[in-house]
Amino acid sequence: MANPQYNEGWVRTADAPKLPAPPATTGFAGWVSENLLPTWGQGLFTLIGAMFLAWVAWDLFVFTIIKANFFGADRAACLTAIAPSGSGQGFFGKLIGSTQPGACWAYVGSKFSGFIYGFYPFEERWRINICFVVGALSLVPLLMPSVPYKRENAIFMLLIYPLMVLILLSGGHLDIGSGGWTTFGIIVGVLAAVLVFLSEVAHIIERELAIKTWAAVTVILGVILFVLGFNFGLTHVETAKWGGLTVTLVVAVTGIVASLPLGILLALGRRSKMPIIKLFSVVFIEMWRGVPLITVLFMASVMLPLFLPEGVNFDKLLRALIGTALFSAAYMAEVVRGGLQAMPKGQYEAASALGLSFWKSMALIILPQALKIVIPGIVNNFIGLFKDTTLVSIIGIFDVLGMVNLSFADPDWASSVTPSTGYLFAALIFFVFCFAMSRYSLFMERLLHTGHKR
Amino acid sequence: MSVASQTERPKVSFFNDPRTRSIAVQALLLIVLFWFGWDIVDNTIHNLNKSNIASGYGFLSTTAGFDISMSLVPYSRSATYGQAILVGLINTLLIASLGVLAATILGFFVGIMRLSHNWVIAKLATIYVEFVRNTPLLLQIFIWYSAVLKPLPSPRQAGELGLPYPSWGLVFFLPLLAAGLYVLARGYKVLHDMVWARLALTLGFGVWTVVAWRLIDGLGMHPMNYVKMGFFLSNRGAAAPKPIFADGSMYIVYAFIVALIAAWVIRRWAIKRQEATGEQFPHVLTGIGLIVVLPILAFFLAGSPVSLDYPALKGFNFKGGMTLVPEFIALFLALTIYTAGFIAEIVRAGILAVSHGQTEAAGALGLRAGLTTRLVIIPQALRVIIPPLTSEWLNLTKNSSLAVAIGFPDLVATGGTVLNQTGQAIEVIIIWMTVYLGLSLLTSAFMNWFNARKRLVER
Repeated sequence: MANPQYNEGWVRTADAPKLPAPPATTGFAGWVSENLLPTWGQGLFTLIGAMFLAWVAWDLFVFTIIKANFFGADRAACLTAIAPSGSGQGFFGKLIGSTQPGACWAYVGSKFSGFIYGFYPFEERWRINICFVVGALSLVPLLMPSVPYKRENAIFMLLIYPLMVLILLSGGHLDIGSGGWTTFGIIVGVLAAVLVFLSEVAHIIERELAIKTWAAVTVILGVILFVLGFNFGLTHVETAKWGGLTVTLVVAVTGIVASLPLGILLALGRRSKMPIIKLFSVVFIEMWRGVPLITVLFMASVMLPLFLPEGVNFDKLLRALIGTALFSAAYMAEVVRGGLQAMPKGQYEAASALGLSFWKSMALIILPQALKIVIPGIVNNFIGLFKDTTLVSIIGIFDVLGMVNLSFADPDWASSVTPSTGYLFAALIFFVFCFAMSRYSLFMERLLHTGHKR
Repeated sequence: MSVASQTERPKVSFFNDPRTRSIAVQALLLIVLFWFGWDIVDNTIHNLNKSNIASGYGFLSTTAGFDISMSLVPYSRSATYGQAILVGLINTLLIASLGVLAATILGFFVGIMRLSHNWVIAKLATIYVEFVRNTPLLLQIFIWYSAVLKPLPSPRQAGELGLPYPSWGLVFFLPLLAAGLYVLARGYKVLHDMVWARLALTLGFGVWTVVAWRLIDGLGMHPMNYVKMGFFLSNRGAAAPKPIFADGSMYIVYAFIVALIAAWVIRRWAIKRQEATGEQFPHVLTGIGLIVVLPILAFFLAGSPVSLDYPALKGFNFKGGMTLVPEFIALFLALTIYTAGFIAEIVRAGILAVSHGQTEAAGALGLRAGLTTRLVIIPQALRVIIPPLTSEWLNLTKNSSLAVAIGFPDLVATGGTVLNQTGQAIEVIIIWMTVYLGLSLLTSAFMNWFNARKRLVER
């Protein structure tokens, strides 16, 4: 077989044919070639996807900006801008074949304070603002890993801040009465008896520690009770007047703060070797996880009053808070249990070998590692809880969604675009909070992902 | 050390003995629980006596006296409370099963889209997932209900929806489309190293297709025509023709069952033969063909026993036909789209969990991309996907209780009406909890069985 390109010794005699230059593989052109147009089939997909994306984005842009009304005193502002037939009916408008004007931001502007503060008296709203500002000021440094004083900040956030919010929002001067102080006395007395038993009879703990514990509990409880009952001269605002974003945040933050410790306890209980504790935890967790939150809230609003002694009445908001906190604690327990199960047995054994007690080995060895593994799950739970706060609007508590729904009843702003605009605004609020939480969790995950890095 | 000394318990003080402590702690919990429970029961009995509410389930056989907007079983306002709750339960099961089916299909689709190497497709799926997962479900239900379905025209103004069907204009359009595709495919080969030329070519193809369609359509040779079959979409929901089954309809059902069995037998035979001889048989196509053709044959042989009842405008609403209330449509869309966002993430994680070595090994064995996905990736991914998928299905079922917010008569909504009318709070809440807990336990039992079947069999 004689090939003209080669001589007898298979040495090339002519230049090889020129190959086409390779397509761009670097820079923007390379990226486009690789990710948008690798083959003609993929090119078609890109074309269809981009057209769809452009269509949705353009219609959203038209609805929210171009055709939107930003100023006006009542619904007249939003009724004037009916779209000419054919063009720019909005995404949903085209979908369902109806002509719609653009968003009515003037309505959001006029209802904005209601969406944030609910029915809170106008002249008292500075109290909510203080809570927002102080909360943000102490939360931001807490979330930034490089800022010092984490411990002090956390104590402030978990102990002092809730008390402050409670007093500022409700007005303080709560009716502690003789019942409250009697309960306080009983708790302190029982605690003293238990501590004396543990230190003097059973010799399980040191006498000094017992005294310190007793003193700390007594002082903290006493101060809390005293502060709650103290008259700061603030007007009382009942919880029925709270509303909007304030209530959403109150429910969400209470749920988040209460569900983590409760969830950890339940998860430990579920893995306990004591049969009664285990059974209790399993039943508790599975029962809450098996039913929808809305039935829990109904239960809190219609069944809880039946369980209480005659004359004792819980606040409606407080009942909803208890319901959501217990509900999310059950979900949290399962997430934490996942982390506990992922811990190698050696960690438990090593902790025992060091002579640590159960609680110390949990607090110092197991939980810090287990919680680190399940940070994504915990944050997912927080996001779920934050979204689930909207359900309180069904039992008549006016959170953001409740206020938005309520505002549709206002004849001054009734128009065909009011619902779309209101819901778009509510969606934006929730999206900002939830998206921020999920991004922060990704950030923490990467930060804490030590030891597995390559 | 001897065996005896190993089993002998070390001497510890009574209070430091773990056994003592464990017994003490558990006894304490029992006492607290008992005290708590006793207190609750005592208070409840006292409160019930005071408000004159008789406990027990006697109220279930009392006449309900309220209407329900959607019911799969016969129901009127003279029916009992028990029947009302049953209607709610059936509606819950209906919306849950339809939602689970649709959300799973959409979720798999979006999850696979997110893994696409095509940047636009992947981003499209990401945007969908992020928006859907980061807004509350209740808000999404309200959006579908109040912002999309309620602004629809009233039944009087509702236009009839046309169903598209291909028409003779396609004769002109299809060759133009084929020519465009040919140029596109050739062009990608020729312009292999010129990225921007390929981009221009792709855009040009898009313009070409749209212009060709518009031109042919504009000349009066419609590639698609629309037939009106009695479908309406209005703010009262969707109306569609309702099939009426005359005598002989059962033959269609029999034919369907026969087709199913035949398809299954053929599949078994085909797999056995392939394993024995390597010869393939298109059993999937045959099966689908049988399942489609046999019932149609039966329909004609039995003398067309099924007729259609068309909806017609009478007064302010449609009479006749089938109507789906807007509450149902809104709830179905919201639940499906919301849950699909979560399922998409589960599917993505499951597929990513299959190590890349599996793909490479399949490639080394000579499997094509499609077969690799179907025979190697998916079976292994399913093992990771199924447990969280189950809990998503349960979530959808539980979330269907949000129907109460827009007034769709599910178990919670009808139960709530009964609760308000009778005041039997404890009984109604016990019914709710039993049903949802029962559904949860059933689903997890089924899934445990499924999981056991799909489990990795190791040595």
